[in-house]
Amino acid sequence: METLIVETLKYDLDVTPLREVNQFLHGDASGLNGKAIVIDNPNGAHNIAVGLKAELDVTIKGHAGYYAAGMNQIAKVTIEGSAGSGVAENMMSGHVHVKGFASNAAGATANGGLLVIDGDAGLRCAIALKGADVVVGGSVGSFSAFMAQAGNFVILGDAGEGLGDSIYEAKIFVRGKVKSLGADCEEKTTSAEDRKILANLLVRSGHADVNPDSFQQYGSARTLYHFHVDNAGAY
Amino acid sequence: MCGIVGLLVKNQKMRDSIGELMLPMLIGMTERGPDSAGLAMFGAPVAADSRKFSLYSGVADFNWTKLGHDFEKHLSIKAKIEPKANHAVLTTTLSPATVKIWLKEHYPALHLLSVGQLMDIYKDVGTPAQVADRYDFKNFKGTHLVGHTRMATESAVTPAHAHPFTAGEDWCLVHNGSLSNANSLRRKLQKEGIEFETDNDTEAACRFLQWRMREGDDLETALNHGFEELDGFYTLLMGTSNQLALVRDPFGCKPAIIAEHDDYVAIASEFRSLAHLPDIKNAKVFEPSPKEMYVWKL
Repeated sequence: METLIVETLKYDLDVTPLREVNQFLHGDASGLNGKAIVIDNPNGAHNIAVGLKAELDVTIKGHAGYYAAGMNQIAKVTIEGSAGSGVAENMMSGHVHVKGFASNAAGATANGGLLVIDGDAGLRCAIALKGADVVVGGSVGSFSAFMAQAGNFVILGDAGEGLGDSIYEAKIFVRGKVKSLGADCEEKTTSAEDRKILANLLVRSGHADVNPDSFQQYGSARTLYHFHVDNAGAY
Repeated sequence: MCGIVGLLVKNQKMRDSIGELMLPMLIGMTERGPDSAGLAMFGAPVAADSRKFSLYSGVADFNWTKLGHDFEKHLSIKAKIEPKANHAVLTTTLSPATVKIWLKEHYPALHLLSVGQLMDIYKDVGTPAQVADRYDFKNFKGTHLVGHTRMATESAVTPAHAHPFTAGEDWCLVHNGSLSNANSLRRKLQKEGIEFETDNDTEAACRFLQWRMREGDDLETALNHGFEELDGFYTLLMGTSNQLALVRDPFGCKPAIIAEHDDYVAIASEFRSLAHLPDIKNAKVFEPSPKEMYVWKL
């Protein structure tokens, strides 16, 4: 999504309270569409640019705290530093780009849109993913994609322990090593269709030079979908 | 919740302003811990044959001068007493065992917060800004420090329950998180002859490490035993005479962020507490991995 920028506004969080900035960003969409917003001195503040629902292009010039760009719709949010826990949590659509690293639970429960993290992501990245695309340039921590239901999760580096535990229908592509797979997560053969999805995501996340064939795909073995009498002893 | 901060100043010129550098770090963690705060400061060492004893009195107008006189009279020895509100630092050449017995006999209501050649501990209830102001944290000088802001979840809000805790001379620990097996750990350690001062879960972790080190473990081995024994969430930050050490639990439940710069190493629960540090833009900022030990030496 490319937003046609008609006006650029600057906010400095050392001067303007974050609540005021967020309230402005929550204004009537017709008055906000096409605006570019630059936020200086974020200094790790929580909840920057959460709940956006207009065609905005927001740039956060530094490190963001918890839940940055959470619940995003339509807007494009770029964080030039790192992001705290829960970046783009429950995103519905739009584009969130973290140029540094992201802490735990990045992209948790995200329904739609694209989350791109250039650095590493912490634990539980893309946990309970519900349809968004998440591309991590570095490695992800343990328990990532736990119970991920739908969407695509691309990891250019390594994955920690228990990747994709109890996964549903989300697709995981890992270029590096996986420390261990979670319950019911298994290696998959990449179909021509899935290769296309992966190639497209690599281009859209600034990794056009990376060969889609260098990834291993993972997904659900679907053995936990229904009660099985052989597992009765485990309950 | 709780907030932790740590600062180790490598640039000699900046060591006189360590208190000033630290103050916004501690205040930045107010939302994470508004009910009490504490600081362990590693400053200039006392004479090689001496030790300092950080004391705390629950009474605001405690007569520290009288304590100093009593100490010198009863034990026929010179001592120095430096009061700061309801805290005081007593410096003497007598052994910790002798001092402890004397305190217990003559001033049983006093708390002995720490013993060492470098470290002073201040901790009290109140917001971080109030506590810092009460003890003039801003003007502290030294090489490194460990601080804490507390939001109590499992035991009472009292100065004794505030962090840091100590487990040996010039050794302290602060904790963000909660332990679910603190009571069973305490019972186990009490059988080993380890004494407890509070029912705080962090104290159980601290005494566990104290016990392991008493049994001959170095810090790293003690912490590896800790990964096996401590059940719960924790980011632990420890200070010793010449280093800071940090670990996060294997699930990474509690946060930490590190800034390594040529002039300093700064640690906090969140970046909010590091943003003001000089030239932070050129520091290497990163999140420590769970179940790994990070150590910075002076």
